Amino acid sequence: MADDDDTVLAQAAAWLAEGRGVALATVVHTWGSGPRPVGSHLVIDDRGGFMGSVSGGCIEAAVITEAAEVIRDRAPRSLEFGVSDAEAWHVGLACGGAIRIYLEPLA
Amino acid sequence: MTPALFAKLQALRAERRPVAVVTNLANGHQCLALSTGGTDGSELVLTDEIRDQVGAMLTAGSSGQIESETGTLFVRSYTPPWSLAIVGAVHITQFLAPMARLAGFDVTVIDPRRAFATDQRFPDVAMITGWPDEIMARTPPGPQTAVVTLTHDPKIDDPALIAALRSDAFYIGALGSSRTHAQRVARLVEHGLSETQVARVAAPVGLDLGGRMPAEIAISVLAEVVATRHGKPRTSR
Repeated sequence: MADDDDTVLAQAAAWLAEGRGVALATVVHTWGSGPRPVGSHLVIDDRGGFMGSVSGGCIEAAVITEAAEVIRDRAPRSLEFGVSDAEAWHVGLACGGAIRIYLEPLA
Repeated sequence: MTPALFAKLQALRAERRPVAVVTNLANGHQCLALSTGGTDGSELVLTDEIRDQVGAMLTAGSSGQIESETGTLFVRSYTPPWSLAIVGAVHITQFLAPMARLAGFDVTVIDPRRAFATDQRFPDVAMITGWPDEIMARTPPGPQTAVVTLTHDPKIDDPALIAALRSDAFYIGALGSSRTHAQRVARLVEHGLSETQVARVAAPVGLDLGGRMPAEIAISVLAEVVATRHGKPRTSR
């Protein structure tokens, strides 16, 4: 995962250097078969650009939407996605697992 | 995460130091935890017990949640890749360097002799032409680094071993027979190192696989480095 971290965190640093708002999403817990291991990062900027992944694609769109608010409000939040969750059903975690994501502003 | 904490995280990672970001998920308070047991950031104060737990996770390179009195903490460990510093751009190194890279190590080959350390003999390997003690003084081997000396030349191997023995390298190995090693131990002790310190050197280097060809010796060296990396006790010699 070290190579991943280098790319993703360097992108966050580059965005910050350009003066953009940036949010960092991290998988903090998984139940059942999580698609990405605990610790996986996704970084999002205030223009909707993103790099990395927290699920391999199924919930990225929802996380990116939430990220816009986190960047605006400068306050972290926890997000949970799972099979019993209506929102998750909507965005679809195909693997049948559940994950908790911590989404924080780099500000 | 504050920009200041993020900048510190990036700086520590650039220095290849193991570091963990600890976040209290209940209130967002954070600090950085180092493998030395120290922390950076006054927002989140860790108890000794939590500090030990974080330290163990950092050593294992694992991330996850732990429970504390003030709420659930999330520990995200950042560990540098394992690396192998090979002293001596010799024949064995031509096998060991690519093998170690395939096994996931960042490989550096150090040799002060320009004729040995050519790109032609070592395509795609990070070569440093210079004296190993000077190079290790600039970038000391960390707890994720193994150091192996293969030149057979005390002028090059001894300073490298002395520098490595003063570092946190997780493995130090030296090529040479038991007789050569006994003489080496005497020289290192004469240089002021204790016998206990010198006992860290694995010599003759590598697991005893019986092979004598350069590739076979490379396999035995790499095997011992991998075994040490996974906490296997060193076999008696």
